[in-house]
Amino acid sequence: MLALTDFLMLGAILFSLSVAGIFLNRKNVIILLMCIELMLLAVNINFVAFSHFHGDTVGQVFVFFILTVAAAEAAIGLAILVVLFRNRRTINVEDLDTLKG
Amino acid sequence: MENIYLIIVLAPLLGAIVAGFWGAKIGRAGAHWVTSGGVGLSALLSIYILSGFINGSREVFNGTVYTWMVSDGLRMEVGFLIDQLTAVMMTVVTFVSFCVHVYTIGYMAHDEENWPNDSLAGRNSYQRFFSYISLFTFSMLMLVMSNNFLQLFFGWEAVGLVSYLLIGFWSVRPTAIFANLKAFLVNRVGDFGFLLGIAAVALYTGSLDYAEVFAAIPGLADTQIQFLGSTSWSLISVVGILLFIGAMGKSAQVPLHVWLPDSMEGPTPISALIHAATMVTAGIFMVARMSPIYEFSETALSFVLVIGATTAFFTGLIGIVQNDIKRVVAYSTLSQLGYMMVALGVSAYAAGIFHLMTHAFFKALLFLAAGSVIIGMHHDQDIRNMGGVRKYMPWTYWTSLIGSLALIGFPGFSGFFSKDAIIEAVHHSTIAGSGYAYAAVLLGVFITALYSFRMFFLVFHGEGPRDDHARHHLKESPKVVTIPLVMLAIPSVGIGYLTMDGMLFGDWFKSVLFVLPQHDTLAELGKGLHGPNSMIAHGFAGPALYLALAGLLVAWFIYTKRPEIAETIKSRLEVVYRALDKKYWFDETYQFLFAGGSRGLGKALWDKGDRLIIDGVIINGSARAVGRIAGWVRHVQTGYLFHYAIAMILGLLLLLTWFVIA
Amino acid sequence: MTFELFVFYVFSAILVFAAAMVITRRNPVHSTLFLVLAFFTSAAIWLLAEAEFLAIVLVLVYVGAVMVLFLFVVMMLDIDIATLRAGFVRNLPLAILIALAMAVEIFLVIGSGGFGGERYAEVMAHTAEYDNTAALGSVLYTEYMYPFEIAAVILLVAIIAAIGLTMRRRPETKYQDPSRQVRVKKGADRISVLKMDVED
Repeated sequence: MLALTDFLMLGAILFSLSVAGIFLNRKNVIILLMCIELMLLAVNINFVAFSHFHGDTVGQVFVFFILTVAAAEAAIGLAILVVLFRNRRTINVEDLDTLKG
Repeated sequence: MENIYLIIVLAPLLGAIVAGFWGAKIGRAGAHWVTSGGVGLSALLSIYILSGFINGSREVFNGTVYTWMVSDGLRMEVGFLIDQLTAVMMTVVTFVSFCVHVYTIGYMAHDEENWPNDSLAGRNSYQRFFSYISLFTFSMLMLVMSNNFLQLFFGWEAVGLVSYLLIGFWSVRPTAIFANLKAFLVNRVGDFGFLLGIAAVALYTGSLDYAEVFAAIPGLADTQIQFLGSTSWSLISVVGILLFIGAMGKSAQVPLHVWLPDSMEGPTPISALIHAATMVTAGIFMVARMSPIYEFSETALSFVLVIGATTAFFTGLIGIVQNDIKRVVAYSTLSQLGYMMVALGVSAYAAGIFHLMTHAFFKALLFLAAGSVIIGMHHDQDIRNMGGVRKYMPWTYWTSLIGSLALIGFPGFSGFFSKDAIIEAVHHSTIAGSGYAYAAVLLGVFITALYSFRMFFLVFHGEGPRDDHARHHLKESPKVVTIPLVMLAIPSVGIGYLTMDGMLFGDWFKSVLFVLPQHDTLAELGKGLHGPNSMIAHGFAGPALYLALAGLLVAWFIYTKRPEIAETIKSRLEVVYRALDKKYWFDETYQFLFAGGSRGLGKALWDKGDRLIIDGVIINGSARAVGRIAGWVRHVQTGYLFHYAIAMILGLLLLLTWFVIA
Repeated sequence: MTFELFVFYVFSAILVFAAAMVITRRNPVHSTLFLVLAFFTSAAIWLLAEAEFLAIVLVLVYVGAVMVLFLFVVMMLDIDIATLRAGFVRNLPLAILIALAMAVEIFLVIGSGGFGGERYAEVMAHTAEYDNTAALGSVLYTEYMYPFEIAAVILLVAIIAAIGLTMRRRPETKYQDPSRQVRVKKGADRISVLKMDVED
C-alpha cells in the first residue's frame, strides 16, 4: 500500500540531491537554474502527495501556482542569462562579482 | 478715579512708542516735544495727586486695572496702589525725568558727532534716546505704582532693560558695550534673588497682592523653613534677605555695586536720571514698601544695615581717588545709596525715603551740572584737565555749589536734614550692627565732603584749563541745560526744610510704612525736635556737621592751596591708594572668578564635552564605528552567487536542525 | 508489495537516478535531457497520486516549453565547460555531507510520530464520476479567482520582461514597417522626380 511517507521521502531525496547539485555546480548558472527547478519539483511532489492523502484539491491549486511562477522564473532567468552572456561572454559565476562588498 | 493714574503711566509710554517707531518721520523736534510733553503731563498730574494727599483730599487707592491671568488661585494682575509713598516717588520720578528730558535737548543736540559717519545705529539716535528715556519713565512708574509683586517685578526688569539700552547707547564704543553687559549680568544676580523672594512670598502666602501678603506676614512670623541642607531659617528672614539681594543688584550695594561706576559710559542725562535719581533707588523704595515684611525679621534688617553701611563708607573712599568727573559723582551715588540702606536697616524707612527724595534732586543736579561742564569741555571728562571753569560757566558753578553743599549736608540744605536724620536714627538704634554702621556713616560724612569738594575745587577753581583750545571754546551751556539745573537747584535747597517735619516725624507715612514700636528710631529721635530749625540747632551739637566742615576745609586746603600734599599722601600711602584706585580689586576678582570661571567652564564643556564626547565619541565615533564594522562585514559580501546560495542552504539546515531537536 | 507500490518504486528509482545525472553530467545538454526525464518520471508519479491534470500540465508546460527553452539556451551559448566544471571534485565531499545531513534531518522529521503522517494512511476513494480536472477547475475559478488572475498577470509580466531583456536593435537588420506601408499615398510618396544637371 502506497503511503504518504513514501512520497515525502522521495521529495526529501530529490531536494537533497538538488542541494548537492548547487554545491557541485557552483559555477554554472544553467545547472544552478536546473537545480532550482528540481527543488521546486520536490516541493510539488510533496504538495501533490498531501493533496492526495488529505483529499483536498487546494494542494493541487498550490502546485498549479508554483508551476506558473516557476515557468515565469525560468523564462526571466534564462533571458537574464542570455543578456549576461551577450555582454560578458561568460556564464561563470566566479566572474560575476560586481556586487562584491 | 483710576483714569488719572492710567494717564500718568501711559503718557510716557505713548511718547516712547511714537518717538521710537516714527522717530524718523516726526524728526528731532517732534520727538522731543512728544516725549517731553508726555512726561510733563505725568509730572503735572503727579504733583496734583501729591498735593491732594498733602491737603488730605485724596484717599489711598488700591485697585486692579487688568487681570492678566489666574493660575491655581494665584492672581496675576496689573494694579495700582497709590498712597503717600507712591505719590512722593511718582512726583520725584516724573519731575526729575522731565528736567532730564529738557536738559537732553541741549545735551544731545550734537549727538551725530558721537557716531561714525556710516553708522546705521547713529541714524535718528536723538529720537531713539528720547524714546528710551520716556520708556524708562513708564517702567519706573509701573514699578512704584504697582500693588502687587508681579508688576513690581515687571517694572524692575523693564527699568533694567532700559538701563541696559541706555548705558550702551553709544553702541559703537567697546567700553559702552562692556559696561552695559556688565550692568545686565550683575543685575541678573540680584534679580535671581529677587525672583526667589517673590516665589517664596507666593508659595507661603498664596498671593502676590501687597495688601494680602502684608496681612498674612504677621501670622508667618514664627515659621521656620528648611533651607540649604537641614538648617532651620526664619521664613521672614529668608524672604527679606532674598528680596534685598534684588535690591542690592538694582541699588548697587556691595558686593553687587560694580556695575554702577561703569554705567557712566552712558550719556550724562542717563547717569542723572537712571543711575542717580530714580532707578537705583528702586531697591530703597522696594525695601521701604516691604516694611511690613522686614519689621518681623531683625536678621534681615541687620543684613540691610551692614551692607548699607559698608557701601556708604567704602565706596565713598574710592570717590576720593577718581579723576573722571562722572565717576566721582557715581561713587558718591553709591555711598548715598548706602546711607539710604542704613536708614532702612534701622527701621527709619521714612528717613530712607526722605533721603531718596532729597538725593534725587541734588544728585540729578550734580550730574546735570557735571554734564554741563562736559559739554563745555567738549566731552573731556578728566577733572585734572579742568580748572577755573567758574569764570566761564557761572550758572553751572552756582548750581554745582548748591548740589555739593546739599550732598555734604550743609545746614539748611536738603541733604542736611535727610542725612542727619539717618545718622541720628542709627545712633538711636539698638539692632545688631548699628555700632559699626554708626561709625561708618559718621566717617562717611567726612569722606563725602572731601571727595565732593575735591572735585568742586579741581573743576571750578584754580587756573583755567591747560589746553588752550579747550579754554577758547569754554562757554556757558544753552538755556535748555541751565534751566533744568535751576529747576533742580530749588528743591535741592528747600525741599528738606519744607517737608522734613511731615515726612520724618509727622503722620505722612504713618499708614504706609509699618514700624514696630521697639524699632521706631525716628520716634525716639523726634522726641527732642520741634521743626526744622531745632533740627539745625541740634545738628550743631552733633559730630556730623563738624566732620562735614572738616572735609570741606581739608579739600579746600589741599586742592587750592597746597596740591603737593595730595601727592605726598599718595606716595606715603601707596598700598591704600592702590586699593582705592583699583576699587578694592572687585572688578579684577569678578573678572577672574566669574567671567574667567564661566569662560573656563564653557571652554572645558566645549572642548571636552562638545568636541570630544559629543562630536568625537557620539557623532563621529558612531559614524566611524559603523564605517569600521561595515569595513569588516563587507567582506561577507563576496558578490558570488553560490556563496549566497550556500548561506541560504546552511540557514535552512540550521532551521531544520532546530526543528528536529526541539 | 502491491503493484502500485512497485510502480512507485520503479519510477522513484528512475527519478532519483535522473536527478543525480542532472547534477553530475559534464555536458549541460545531457543535464537538461536528464532533467526532462526527471520531470517525465515525476509526472508519472503524480498520476499515481491521482493528480492527472497536473501531471499532464507538467509534461506540457515543463517538458514541452521550459525544458526546450533550457535546451535552446544551452546550445545557443558558447560555454567553456572545463572552467565551469573546475572544483567539482573538490566540492564533492562537502556536497555529499550537506545533502546527507539534510536528507537525514528530513527523514527524522517525517519518520517521527510527531509529524502525524499516519493520520492520512487511509486514502479517500473517489467515485467513478470524479474528474480531477473539473474538481481543480471548480476551485480555481471560484475560490482562487484572484490568485489565478494574478498568476496570469505574472506570466504576462514574465513574457514582457523576457522579451524586453533579450531584444536588441540591430541597425543592419532590414525590416518592413507595415504602418508606413499602409499610410503611403499615391504620387509623391511613391515616385520622386529628381532634377539633375544635364550631363554632356
